Amino acid sequence: MGSSKYEVVIGLEVHVQLTTQTKIFCGCSTRFGSAPNSQTCPVCLGLPGALPVLNRKVVEYAIRTGLATHCAIAPRSVFARKNYFYPDLPKGYQISQFELPICEHGHLEIETEDGGPKTIGITRIHMEEDAGKLLHGEGPEAGSSSFVDLNRACTPLLEIVSEPDMRSSDEAIAYLKKLHQIVMYLGVCDGNLEEGSFRCDANVSIRPWGQKEFGTRAELKNINSFRFIKQAIDYEVERQADILDDGGKVVQETRLFDSVTGMTRSMRGKEEAHDYRYFPDPDLVPLVVSPEWVEQVRQELPELPEAKVARFIREFGIPRYDAEVLSADRAMAEYYDATVARHGNGKLCANWVMGEVQRRLNEDGVAISDSPVTPELLAALLGRIDDNTISGKIAKTVFEEMWRSGDAPDKIIEEKGLKQVTDTGAIEQIIDEVIAANLDQVEEYRGGKDKVFGFFVGQVMKASKGKANPAAVNEMLKKKLQG
Amino acid sequence: MKITRAEVEHVAKLARLALQESELDALTGQMDAILDYVEKLKELDTDGIVPTSHAVPMENAFREDAVKDSIGVDKALSNAPESGDGCFRVPRVIE
Repeated sequence: MGSSKYEVVIGLEVHVQLTTQTKIFCGCSTRFGSAPNSQTCPVCLGLPGALPVLNRKVVEYAIRTGLATHCAIAPRSVFARKNYFYPDLPKGYQISQFELPICEHGHLEIETEDGGPKTIGITRIHMEEDAGKLLHGEGPEAGSSSFVDLNRACTPLLEIVSEPDMRSSDEAIAYLKKLHQIVMYLGVCDGNLEEGSFRCDANVSIRPWGQKEFGTRAELKNINSFRFIKQAIDYEVERQADILDDGGKVVQETRLFDSVTGMTRSMRGKEEAHDYRYFPDPDLVPLVVSPEWVEQVRQELPELPEAKVARFIREFGIPRYDAEVLSADRAMAEYYDATVARHGNGKLCANWVMGEVQRRLNEDGVAISDSPVTPELLAALLGRIDDNTISGKIAKTVFEEMWRSGDAPDKIIEEKGLKQVTDTGAIEQIIDEVIAANLDQVEEYRGGKDKVFGFFVGQVMKASKGKANPAAVNEMLKKKLQG
Repeated sequence: MKITRAEVEHVAKLARLALQESELDALTGQMDAILDYVEKLKELDTDGIVPTSHAVPMENAFREDAVKDSIGVDKALSNAPESGDGCFRVPRVIE
């Protein structure tokens, strides 16, 4: 240990897999989980003479992402070949962008541990193709073989490179979560970390406090969850601190994170990995993005999380915490928005969406877009609390039934006889019966034991099967008990 | 000399070329001559000229995001020196 002597410096490279139907340079499907090599053609197999042609949608998604992260969109950008040999790379080069990426000079705002905002610079965003997938160790003779599936080869990626602006693993996670949320809001990425749709490499170095120059960095690869990224960075910081404490030097290298041991280890055997000999790909003509195109994409941008949070607070009067929970996911935010639009009470709707709705979704593992209780139905239910047809408690029973049957609340209230009793005569009768059956407790109450009041409320509500109007019960009970 | 023999060896290694001693000598000479020629081109005044990345004056060749039929696993693997389980089979790349 000894990391407190050093300042941590982190820069992140995130690979975002785009949700296009087809690959970046050919018409093969990008569907996940198909039989190996069933989604391939001469272009993505890298056969001689095949000509890659750029998927227009990939450019649109890149512009969208660039705008959402405050980047400048390059009027002209160029694809380049990044040359290296690996069995998952059929052409012997990866088509990427190098000198002229499509987006540059952006930033994101994150919240730091102490609650303050911090701006993290985005150096660049460029488009590139993914490599294939290597499978190891299957079958009897697999001992000396690896198997190559090229379905993923040529799948469109955005590489989003941050400035080395983060100073702790928590800041790195905050940045990643923000970026993850944005690409999902934009609809350019499905955000599935396990399937590799959102992958992160972390460049980590440390330096004595006050030193201006960066320390030597290690690049951490192969991390597919936010928790593991934090673990990997924290491990790496300690490792480097130990080296410096012992008077040693950190070596610049690529390290793999092992989620089983929680450690990073040096990745050997990829010598000369930095000598990629980039040059413009002659197969792909330069990309020119007009200001009109950029403007069109800008017009079509969805409302982003930060703007939503601000609007929810301003227009619906809910606390920031609620607004942030509700905006975490775009589908959830739209559900909430639609509910409030029909019902009007922002806080009540927030409580229900974050409470009952979220709980049921979690229990059943259902996406909010597939909720059997739609915003229309939820708003109708809440309306029945407002007009005293049912109490908030009975509303939860009705909600359960709505969830199961998909029926409208009025139908359920009617069929199950759940309508709230506001008739004072009926309530009075129940109260009289409860009092008559519990004379001891009446004495206690009159003797000054106020707590017994709750007992009476409970008994009355129970006798009415929860249908008595709670406000009316309280008022009348008080009168009766005081005798 | 614009390029050293060690640099030629390095580039050959990156390109996975196994060169004989005599080939290395010959290539070092040839590459040096090429670089000499490029050096001569540098004499031209190219101020204000955008670097030419492509020989054809063309831009923005796009395709729409519509799925086309792939060629099928059998065809995809038909040139593979070795295959198995629907995959290209290669020497094992990790321990």
